[in-house]
Amino acid sequence: MKETRIYERPKAWMKDVHTHYCPGCGHGITHRLLCEVIDELEIKDKTIGIAPVGCAAMMYDYVDTDYCEAAHGRAPALATGLKRTRPDRVVFTYQGDGDLASIGMAEIVHAANRGEKFTTIFINNAIYGMTGGQMAPTTLIGQKATTCPYGRDPELAGYPMRMCELLSTLETPAYIERVTVAEPKYVIAAKKAIKKAFQYQIEGKGYSFVEVLSNCPTNWGMQPVQSFKWTLETMVPYYPLGVYKDFE
Amino acid sequence: MARVLMKGTEAIAEAAVQAGCKYFFGYPITPQNEIPEYMSARLPAIGGAYVQAESEVAAINMVMGGGATGTKIMTTSSSPGISLMSEGLSYIAGCEIPAVVVNVMRGGPGLGGILPAQGDYFQATKGGGNGDYRLLVLAPSTLQEAVDLTQLAFDLALTYRNPVMILADGFMGQMMEAVEISEHKSEGIPDVTPWALGNKDKREKRSVLRSLYLDPEKLEKHNMDLKAKYDAMQKEVRFEEYCTEDAEYLIAAFGTTARIARSAIANLRDEGVKVGMIRPVTLYPFPKERIRQLSEKARHVLVVEMNTGQMLEDVQAAVCDRAPVSFYGRCGGISPSVKEIEEKLRELL
Repeated sequence: MKETRIYERPKAWMKDVHTHYCPGCGHGITHRLLCEVIDELEIKDKTIGIAPVGCAAMMYDYVDTDYCEAAHGRAPALATGLKRTRPDRVVFTYQGDGDLASIGMAEIVHAANRGEKFTTIFINNAIYGMTGGQMAPTTLIGQKATTCPYGRDPELAGYPMRMCELLSTLETPAYIERVTVAEPKYVIAAKKAIKKAFQYQIEGKGYSFVEVLSNCPTNWGMQPVQSFKWTLETMVPYYPLGVYKDFE
Repeated sequence: MARVLMKGTEAIAEAAVQAGCKYFFGYPITPQNEIPEYMSARLPAIGGAYVQAESEVAAINMVMGGGATGTKIMTTSSSPGISLMSEGLSYIAGCEIPAVVVNVMRGGPGLGGILPAQGDYFQATKGGGNGDYRLLVLAPSTLQEAVDLTQLAFDLALTYRNPVMILADGFMGQMMEAVEISEHKSEGIPDVTPWALGNKDKREKRSVLRSLYLDPEKLEKHNMDLKAKYDAMQKEVRFEEYCTEDAEYLIAAFGTTARIARSAIANLRDEGVKVGMIRPVTLYPFPKERIRQLSEKARHVLVVEMNTGQMLEDVQAAVCDRAPVSFYGRCGGISPSVKEIEEKLRELL
């Protein structure tokens, strides 16, 4: 028996828009997964997004929900205020590595530890994208960036920070998983994780966090295909994929 | 409710509750800790929430998130904490989100001290955060006024979709006075549904609260729209006059300093000195027009503050060269005494 699958544009995707992202960027894939999950859970009208700083600052131009913008690093605090006053809504934050793991380290750790009932999608591409390729807390040892032109030196900048591992030392969070969008089979797994994170929020299980290992072909100075190869070969060994914490 | 003897901080907290504030996000700092303590006990009982933030930076962003749903929200802090909140206040103003922030001022700069001061006048009225924005700033002089202004602040915040600051000095927070706190129902406040987040199912279009406009024409328009709102806020100007009918000497003071000046004026009047006072209740908008009028018949204007001269600059701008303007200030946690104000004024005769 033949199965017919319709591959259509998600309903949560804004009509007739194209993203400003560079060719091959993982933001586009992750936005689409987010939209598909919002569609499948039928939560478009009750979802509130927190738009971050960085390349995804204008994600409200692509994903059709209510939004509030957040200052760099502050999205988890903002989401706390939203969710506490409207616990009947679905609230998500979407932050990059500079935003979440550097300037917003306090906010993410404490929101996770309070068990705030919202969902975080954490895009880790090991670099500051929007500002032009500076070193991030997640930049790998030896990786070149505009503020570590000779490669990240642990003597000067320490070792890259692993957020899933760090947050999973906390008792409170309900769900923490690291995924990647670097290959189709991983994209399917990433969608499952994002969906599960939203489901946990809807079921009131607690705080849910999905780290997405992505890429930045422009600031890495690579072709898109080469960049995703680098994600798999260089990032994944340091940032192992998998479930770090699960409520069940 | 009957008049009860209450501490200023607790009176402000209960006034907020009676105005319908069910959510409080805060971080401890002296001298205002009784407010978060009071709220942590009070709010869960009425179906609200108290969240102790990890910092003032987080607290103000929780306030932003709560305000973004059109809910009555408050945070309180003291001077160094307000500095940390200034980033958030700029975003809240830029995104046009209602919020009430209380600053129980202590001495600065930096860590300064924990005793009362009025050194945050510039920070409150001239910015603090980045960009072209304004806070509505209310300065109580008695605890009853602190109660009334706190309740008014929620209405103003929702009406103008703008952060409102109660600028109280440490005396206002720590003293006790008899106050009456009644349930306050907000009337004539515009419906929040068209913009407040979480109501997408009740309106045709989604709502996006943002201050980011990369297109310069759009950002300029946003700034001009905000400016038009600040112009409209000028009608909220409030002030109190004391013995100004025949005043040849005019004192300008706000908050606790105005109470001290009032005693000095009574004594000087007994000596036959025709002295009066204008006390701005709103520091923004500032009663510059009334100060200008009063200065026309004044021989001398004396500004008294618990700082080294901040409101002074606004008074000077209002008076222009119609009368000489002098200043007397104490700071570091020391308030001007009645005697000192009398002596300073006698020097001007």
